[in-house]
Amino acid sequence: MNKIASNKKIMLPVTAIMLLALGVAGCGNDTDDNNDDNTTALSGTINEAGSTTVQPLAEKLAAAFTALNPNVKVVIGGGGSSVGVKSVTEGTVDIGAASRDLKDTETGLTKYLLAKDGIAIVVHPDNTAVNNLTIDQVRDIFSGVITNWSQVGGPDKAIHVMAREEGSGTRTAFEELVMGADVRIVTNAVLQNSNGALKTALSGDKDAIGFISFGYIDSAVKALSINGIAATSENGKNGTYPIIRPLYFLTKGTTSELVQAFIDYCLSDAVQQIITEEGYLSVN
Amino acid sequence: MLPRYFTDKLAKYGVFITALVSILVLLAIAIFIIKGGLPLFGEVNPLDFLFGQSWSPTYGEYGILSMIVGSLLVTLGAMVIAVPLGIACAILLAEVAPRRVRDLLRPAVELLVGIPSVVYGLVGIMVIVPAVRNLGGTGYSILAAVLVLSIMVLPTIISISEDSLRAVPRTYREGSLALGASHWQTIWHVLLPAARSGVGASIVLGMGRAIGETMAMIMVIGNAVIIPSSPLDPARTLTGNIAVEINYAAGLHENALFATGLVLLILILILNSLATLVLKRGEQHA
Repeated sequence: MNKIASNKKIMLPVTAIMLLALGVAGCGNDTDDNNDDNTTALSGTINEAGSTTVQPLAEKLAAAFTALNPNVKVVIGGGGSSVGVKSVTEGTVDIGAASRDLKDTETGLTKYLLAKDGIAIVVHPDNTAVNNLTIDQVRDIFSGVITNWSQVGGPDKAIHVMAREEGSGTRTAFEELVMGADVRIVTNAVLQNSNGALKTALSGDKDAIGFISFGYIDSAVKALSINGIAATSENGKNGTYPIIRPLYFLTKGTTSELVQAFIDYCLSDAVQQIITEEGYLSVN
Repeated sequence: MLPRYFTDKLAKYGVFITALVSILVLLAIAIFIIKGGLPLFGEVNPLDFLFGQSWSPTYGEYGILSMIVGSLLVTLGAMVIAVPLGIACAILLAEVAPRRVRDLLRPAVELLVGIPSVVYGLVGIMVIVPAVRNLGGTGYSILAAVLVLSIMVLPTIISISEDSLRAVPRTYREGSLALGASHWQTIWHVLLPAARSGVGASIVLGMGRAIGETMAMIMVIGNAVIIPSSPLDPARTLTGNIAVEINYAAGLHENALFATGLVLLILILILNSLATLVLKRGEQHA
């Protein structure tokens, strides 16, 4: 008990010092921002935040852009599509990233179509019996109508549905493109809060099915063909693969010269190779 | 040199101000959570929020009953496993084990406290979830969560219980033995009752850690919003609900997560005051 009591005594001044430090750090940021506003040439800081699907791509694009413009700093943050929309609307970032279409309530923003992304329906690599599902079968599995692999040509085993959490851009896009209006994902589905976590969970369970972004497919999981179309970048780009969603950069009002230069760069032909390399679908 | 009473005063007010800061921080947290959660109740009936079983922000459904049940089940399960084990281990360390064993075990237990919860979660994913999967289901389940959580709260229970067993005056022990009681009778009938308030405190602190644990829970519990019907079913805790969804939440959804935090705060307050009450009662009867 003595140990705990003495810890508490230490915690008080520590808390006070941390608060002071926070205050000082806050002031530091303010002066930085003021400097940014005064720049005219290509130097300064661009802040981006939003979709975690866009994040790895945005980091690569930022690295390429800062290699060309050494005086520019691009800060890439995550948070999710909704955070991206909210942050750019409130003006806390220059660019928001979203991996879904904007909702009716999310207005006043300019959309730039950066790339497209496919959503793959994935199973365990040892699941050799099932290689193809129709969109209707996928919908029935995720809504709990089909509950056994034998109903879709597999062994007599219960299907373990894995999905993303409510509000995730990947889930929202999956619901829009596969489930349709008012057909819901079963409530007993195991939910993971990132593409990576879902892949890890799925790669350990031979009876599982889930959905992840094309960019995350590797040998740990097996991507199923949908309606007979393989989940490949080519089929995504030529539009035959049915589960494709847009990736947007979002800005609000008139943007600074610097931000516009970065966006123009990201949309130019020069970076299409980066987009393809990262496993996303280029749009040009 | 300053007069001594002046430096005394200075120290007194300095300490007072730092104490005040910590209380203000606590107050600020409470106000912030209430402010963030309150707008929800303009749209959603508080009773529907507390006792609704359907959580689906996309469809405007905000019921957190299954999360309340999930949090309570996981905490209860972990305590059922960890309390007997923890107290037994504390008795071993304080009374039974030879000095050399104790010198080895104590640092090991203390080390367990310092391991970050994400590491426990990782071990859970790699070892416990696959093991539970052999029993049926996906392995991401209440059972996996309870197992991980009981390991996490053990060190808290062990080290505080051991300290309080050690703090029992020597005369108690000697008196009991002098009356002809065996070592075990002394532990069970004299030492444990005398150390009761400390052992109780260890349980309360362990419970606090259990209900507040977030990261390791998210990683092994499956996060499905259902009231589980078997230990092999997935579930979601209140803390997990906030952590899993806050990244993507906006508007009313965000308010609902703040309100979840408010419910969590109130739940912990209730549990702590209940435990304190029970402990006080016990002391009066002794």
